[in-house]
Amino acid sequence: MTPKEDRHWLDDPAHLRLLWRGFLVVLALTVAAEFVIHLHPQFEIDSVFGFTAWFGFAACAAMIVVAKGLALWLQRPDTYYGKSDD
Amino acid sequence: MTELGVHPGLVLIAGALLLPWRRGGLRSAFIVALPLVVLALGWQVPDGAVWRLHWLDYTLTPLQGDKLSRLFATIFAIMAAGGGLFALAQTSRVEVPAAFVYAGSAIGVALAGDLVTVFVFWELMAIGSTLVLWSQGSNAAYRAARRYLMIHLAGGVLLFAGITGHVVDTGGVAFTRMAPDSVAQGLILAGFLVNAGALPLAAWLPDAYPEASWSGTVFLSAFTTKAAVYVLIRGFPGTELLIWVGLAMVYYGIVYAVLENDMRRVLAYSIVNQVGFMIAGIGIGTEMALNGATAQAFAGTIYVSLLLMAAGSVMLMTGRRRCSELGGLYRTMPLTAACGAVGALAISSFPLTSGFVSKSMVTQAAADGHQLGVWLLLTAAAAGVVLHAGLKFPWFVFFDKDSGLRPAEPPASMRWAMVGFALLCIGIGVWPQSLYALLPYAVNYEPYTWAHVLTQTQLLLFSGLAFFVMLPLLKRTLTITLDVDWFWRRLLPALAGAAVKVMGATLRAGDATVQSTVSGAQAVIERTHGINSRLAKTWPTGRMALSVLSLLLGYLLLYYL
Repeated sequence: MTPKEDRHWLDDPAHLRLLWRGFLVVLALTVAAEFVIHLHPQFEIDSVFGFTAWFGFAACAAMIVVAKGLALWLQRPDTYYGKSDD
Repeated sequence: MTELGVHPGLVLIAGALLLPWRRGGLRSAFIVALPLVVLALGWQVPDGAVWRLHWLDYTLTPLQGDKLSRLFATIFAIMAAGGGLFALAQTSRVEVPAAFVYAGSAIGVALAGDLVTVFVFWELMAIGSTLVLWSQGSNAAYRAARRYLMIHLAGGVLLFAGITGHVVDTGGVAFTRMAPDSVAQGLILAGFLVNAGALPLAAWLPDAYPEASWSGTVFLSAFTTKAAVYVLIRGFPGTELLIWVGLAMVYYGIVYAVLENDMRRVLAYSIVNQVGFMIAGIGIGTEMALNGATAQAFAGTIYVSLLLMAAGSVMLMTGRRRCSELGGLYRTMPLTAACGAVGALAISSFPLTSGFVSKSMVTQAAADGHQLGVWLLLTAAAAGVVLHAGLKFPWFVFFDKDSGLRPAEPPASMRWAMVGFALLCIGIGVWPQSLYALLPYAVNYEPYTWAHVLTQTQLLLFSGLAFFVMLPLLKRTLTITLDVDWFWRRLLPALAGAAVKVMGATLRAGDATVQSTVSGAQAVIERTHGINSRLAKTWPTGRMALSVLSLLLGYLLLYYL
């Protein structure tokens, strides 16, 4: 797909793997930082260790699943209202 | 009455009407300079009523100032300037003048001290925005503009009915704090919410905005919903219903944006989502929450239009708007990609961006009020923003698979507008005090605590992880998702079509009956009065005498009986 002369640093799978590893390390560091930084939980639930990490992940996963469920019912081809003349 | 002799909004509207007579460099300079003059004028509006007018039995206040009004006038003027700069390369000669009428009317709403003035500018906004949409020129835009106008005129009717009732109830037209405890005030609230893009009518927004031109959508994104946020802050702060209306908008925006393929429609859903946060804040109603809603309206207008500028640049340079046809554009549009990324980080509330210092105030207000459910829903929604605007838009447009497209960067005027707005997103994030000083209440909030930076970073990065882990589920498809606009785009036309058919059949059946009756009558008349018919013949006198004789005989007979 990508012509050789256009190949970008990001096109190399090895670099993508590197980025993924870096991302996972940063994720781990943000959770580990809770040992050092004192959070100010305002309720009981957010005093659980790593609350915003797992809550954020779970919330996003749930929203994607709900959206896909809704799609089964409400999704139509994009020519449903006639072809847009863009 | 103080000195200010000019109304900033009217200056912008008058300037817009002069624009068609200007050409070339002078026109360009005028487009950028005029909103800046209006911005300066907006800052001259002092606290309290400035203009007073007597109309019928009422005192109107077409120009009135306080911190809240000036802040919204400021953001509207900034948007007119930034949007105008972005639109300098626009060939339509109607769009920018229409957008300036639209922006001037939004400023008029922000500086109005009475409900009559609010209503007049409200309707002018509907006309200006419809013209912006219309000026795109395609059939799709024309049809979308008609649907858009229909909804806004209906909203205007609700508002007008509400204001009339309110004036009858209270005897005054002043625009002050209300509560939806009477029919009239409920109607006013409903009229405001239609423009805010609230459910169940939110569909007008993602239906209309993406059909405007590459620059028109930037204007459209800025004024209507934010003017609605302004009037809700002033008119209905602390109305609990608004918390739930806002949360519904927030989740509606996320779910529909996740399913959408058209990049500008993804961003249109993001607008509903962002306005939802603001409306939830207005519903919470504490000083912190209202400050948060106001700050987010200011910051959000800028980052959403920055995202739409990036999308508009891509659309202008590639002629495409579906995510499924785009991808890999960072190679030849690095500046646009970078500006889009700044907008995406800001809308996600990443630290050091304007979203971080504004949106978190609303969430904090929910925590301060010990509203656990609201707080959890707002926090989950903040994570969800990463899914659509934060990652979906930039990822599928600028990265992901290589679409093979090699578009150049857009013209200089568009690049400058994007860079300017990107700098504003970062500037407000780095120096939040500059924005906090403009807010209606004193700010007692420190966004940059270690705890807040850490939890927010965790939230966003783990949302990003969810996005990449579940990427196969987010695969782009050539689909749309049905919305309530189905009722007026499909059901009503279908019902109308069926009604026309039934009426046609009835009319045809009726026609046949009428025709046979008429032709029967014609035949009788023809028979009796036609050329050779009996009544047309000349009658001999003898027959006449005989008839009279028989009549007289009959009379005699009856008399003796």
